[in-house]
Amino acid sequence: MLSNDVKQKLKAIVGVENFEDSKSACLVYSYDATPNFQSMPDGVISPRTTQEVSEIVKLCNEHKIPIVPRGSGSNLCGGTCPTEGGLVLLFRHMNKILEIDEENLTVTVQPGVVTLDMINAVEAKGLFYPPDPSSMKISTMGGNINENSGGLRGLKYGVTRDYVMALEVVLANGDIIRTGGKLAKDVAGYDLTRLYVGSEGTLGVITEATLKLIPIPETKKTMLALYQDLEAAAKTVSKIIANKIIPSTLEFLDQPTLKVVEDFAQIGLPTDVQAVLLIEQDGPAEVVEKDMKKMAEICHAEKAVSVKVAQTAEEAEALTTARRAALSACARLKPTTILEDATVPRSEIAKMVNGINKIAEKYKLDICTFGHAGDGNLHPTCPTDARNHEEMERVEEAFAEIFALAIELGGTITGEHGVGVMKAPYLEWKLGKEGIAAMQAIKSGLDPNNIMNPGKVFAKDSRKRLVVTR
Amino acid sequence: MTTVKEQQVIQEQFKERMNQDELLNCMRCGFCLPTCPTYIESGLKEAHSPRGRIALMKAVVDGIIEPDEEVERSLELCLGCRACEPVCPSGVKYGHLLEEARDIINQNKKHSLPVKMVRNAVLNGLFPHQNRMQMVTGLLGFYQRSGMQTLTRKTGMMKLFPDHLATMEKVLPQVPTMKKMKNRPEFLEALGPQTKRVAFFKGCLMDTMFLESNDATMKLLQLAGCEIVIPPDQACCGALHGHSGEKDAGKELAKRNIQAFEDLEVDFIITNAGGCGAFLIDYDHLLKDDPDWKERAKAFVSKIKDISEILYELDFHKKNHLELPEQVITYQDSCHLRNVMKTASAPRALLQAIKGIEYREMKDADRCCGSAGIYNIVESEMSMQILDYKMIQTKATLATTVVTANPGCLLQMKLGIEREGLTDKMRGVHIVDLLLEAVGQEK
Ligand SMILES: Cc1cc2nc3c(=O)[nH]c(=O)nc-3n(C[C@H](O)[C@H](O)[C@H](O)COP(=O)(O)OP(=O)(O)OC[C@H]3O[C@@H](n4cnc5c(N)ncnc54)[C@H](O)[C@@H]3O)c2cc1C
Ligand code: SF4
Ligand code: SF4
Repeated sequence: MLSNDVKQKLKAIVGVENFEDSKSACLVYSYDATPNFQSMPDGVISPRTTQEVSEIVKLCNEHKIPIVPRGSGSNLCGGTCPTEGGLVLLFRHMNKILEIDEENLTVTVQPGVVTLDMINAVEAKGLFYPPDPSSMKISTMGGNINENSGGLRGLKYGVTRDYVMALEVVLANGDIIRTGGKLAKDVAGYDLTRLYVGSEGTLGVITEATLKLIPIPETKKTMLALYQDLEAAAKTVSKIIANKIIPSTLEFLDQPTLKVVEDFAQIGLPTDVQAVLLIEQDGPAEVVEKDMKKMAEICHAEKAVSVKVAQTAEEAEALTTARRAALSACARLKPTTILEDATVPRSEIAKMVNGINKIAEKYKLDICTFGHAGDGNLHPTCPTDARNHEEMERVEEAFAEIFALAIELGGTITGEHGVGVMKAPYLEWKLGKEGIAAMQAIKSGLDPNNIMNPGKVFAKDSRKRLVVTR
Repeated sequence: MTTVKEQQVIQEQFKERMNQDELLNCMRCGFCLPTCPTYIESGLKEAHSPRGRIALMKAVVDGIIEPDEEVERSLELCLGCRACEPVCPSGVKYGHLLEEARDIINQNKKHSLPVKMVRNAVLNGLFPHQNRMQMVTGLLGFYQRSGMQTLTRKTGMMKLFPDHLATMEKVLPQVPTMKKMKNRPEFLEALGPQTKRVAFFKGCLMDTMFLESNDATMKLLQLAGCEIVIPPDQACCGALHGHSGEKDAGKELAKRNIQAFEDLEVDFIITNAGGCGAFLIDYDHLLKDDPDWKERAKAFVSKIKDISEILYELDFHKKNHLELPEQVITYQDSCHLRNVMKTASAPRALLQAIKGIEYREMKDADRCCGSAGIYNIVESEMSMQILDYKMIQTKATLATTVVTANPGCLLQMKLGIEREGLTDKMRGVHIVDLLLEAVGQEK
């Protein structure tokens, strides 16, 4: 609970209209896109400037009030669920594109800018910002940076981290710092920019970011390869990479996913095949042409039943848009949708796909698998019902086994969705005790009072994960 | 004010009546946020977004919060435009959730006396009775023709009303005479070879205030080769009732309509108002718990089609030469026609088939204009904010003709044109009137 005194001070900082603490105002920020997590904050605040953010943080630090920075709340790890109450910090006023620098090829934004709006703005100037999470229509740049989000183009172009050049950060004590710059080279001190990327709001508040842009590729081609054999599709992925072709997109969708996506998008996706690969290449026309031809050959050699190239830009766009809807479309099947984000080296993708299916069988679960196959990043998704406790327990065990398998194959528990509360108990599996201790030292150094998004990343104790809360 | 006692009852009914599976079906991905006009215009407040509204409804069901004033406010401010539905990959039927929640709140809440009187007069006294609709429209006609309109305008009497209502009064169409309204056809033959037999749902507002558009609709149907039955015992569609939390009244009207249309042996039942059509097409949901009516409702629903859709399917635009003097035309979607009846490309294709015109798509044509039934009267501030955005986009097309497919949208767009002072440069028309104009140009 916030004391009246604190409330008055907060209102004095942002104006009465930008602070709310009524029940319904708090309720609508009690959740994010992660199933089964809900917890009420004590108040919601919408600062307009970095200075206001700094004053808010200073006040909260004094009174040890938790702060949960929140973009669009589309994260999938419970990252913005205020599990310890406190203040939800919104960037709905801090959502401007500040500058597109066509000489240095950078864009500078406030954290509340929606990813796609920024992408459209830079593309209008012939520039390109590659990271394109499926949620880009709603996700904010603040969220992307703090989750180090990936996307469909990650394979060739990397993830958010590879594009963040400079940040303005409000530290947990209210100090404002600037990291990095519009520089191609810079070794002055520790690389704090990288530290803050993927920090999930636990080390400070990002109030401004400068991102790298590249020239927009000349052309782009999209194709769909159809398979009657899951493993063949997965093998194609490793084969393409082994043939030294890096397509801009290499996505995998299995039959159950295809069915729900087609149900929503109605664009004539094949639902009678076991799996498809959505493949895209961009660049100079000759190169694209050559790569597409070569990849089609590989697909055929790996027993693809058919390979179709999209004839128009609209057709291509419809395919990628449909793929982006996959996760939410799986939610059609049953009330609760549990999704994971395990990632393995690309060469292990076939083993992983196979393993997931075996685990699904073992626990008698329906699992839809889709994902950024080219990155080795799969999203096994289980449609279930949180009210069915017996089944939820099986889901939990199955996913624990999927994590274990991923790590065994040299992979990780999360490729792009972050740790949050959801995966905190598993972090030690990946990092070991020492790794966690090193991270904790950074955390307590920068945020000694643990006010920045407390309860995230670090679990109270490393226990067997609970999928069901309450 | 809703009293604590009322809140308790409302909460109980939420638990009993709200569809919990549907509430859980929302996985909170937020894909619907950028399409929601009230989320955008409220300055990105989650409480005024579809995801927020669903969360509030669910929290009331779960007993986490009470259905207090703010919950009510969030639901009231929703346009019911249902733009959040087609973009939702999980297929959440938001419209049904909203309707149920509003019905529960309304049934258990004591409205203040004036609000109650207006609701009662409009919803129960007026719309279900075609003869009374004619009377009121008739009075309006008398007002327009007798010179009283000029008089009231001159004396500035309309200044006593909120700004936009005063403007609204100016844009109301010249209404038909009482005699015309009473003398409606019940059967019309196809012009040329007959290909289909259809029934026409005339709608209360369309058959009074917008009678000419109804005549145009029937003329187009005839030209397209349809024989038309217009059953005289049809009733108001019930949309206004359904959307304002008077579900039972809506059900009664639904039954009357199903009965009126069921033995006509027609291929389709045609509407020319997106708002009505969307409610008609939902009768099977409305009557899903009524075993005597469920199947009959399904049969009725399977025949509902919008005028643009049938004209397009029957190749009206290919079989008739359509031509108009040079002008730029743009189209504003009717939310319910697009989001519920899924008719969006047919009207555009018909317009693009007209020779001599240039068709320009406006940005965000699929975003609500803010009319939304009686929303522009009860939530005028938000409605006008939404309309202002719509007019920016309309003006950007440099169109001189704005086409709509629903009477409410038509009035709202006319209001927008008037508010912008563009009456000399821009006109708002119903698509059927424009198409008929285009057929006429041939001779
Ligand atoms: C359907 C769907 C598809 C998705 N697809 C992808 C995908 O393809 N790839 C992918 O990587 N992710 C994906 N995601 C996950 C999610 O969209 C991303 O993590 C996204 O970056 C979150 O953005 P947001 O604005 O919603 O951030 P939020 O969810 O609001 O916040 C995310 C984290 O960032 C912190 N944060 C936000 N802003 C700030 C700030 N200014 N300062 C400090 N901390 C801040 C929050 O505290 C939180 O820890 C998907 C999610 C959904 C629902
Ligand atoms: S209504 Fe649909 S689109 Fe909106 S948050 Fe829920 S699941 Fe996502
Ligand atoms: S119906 Fe319209 S106004 Fe209401 S929540 Fe959906 S998009 Fe928003």
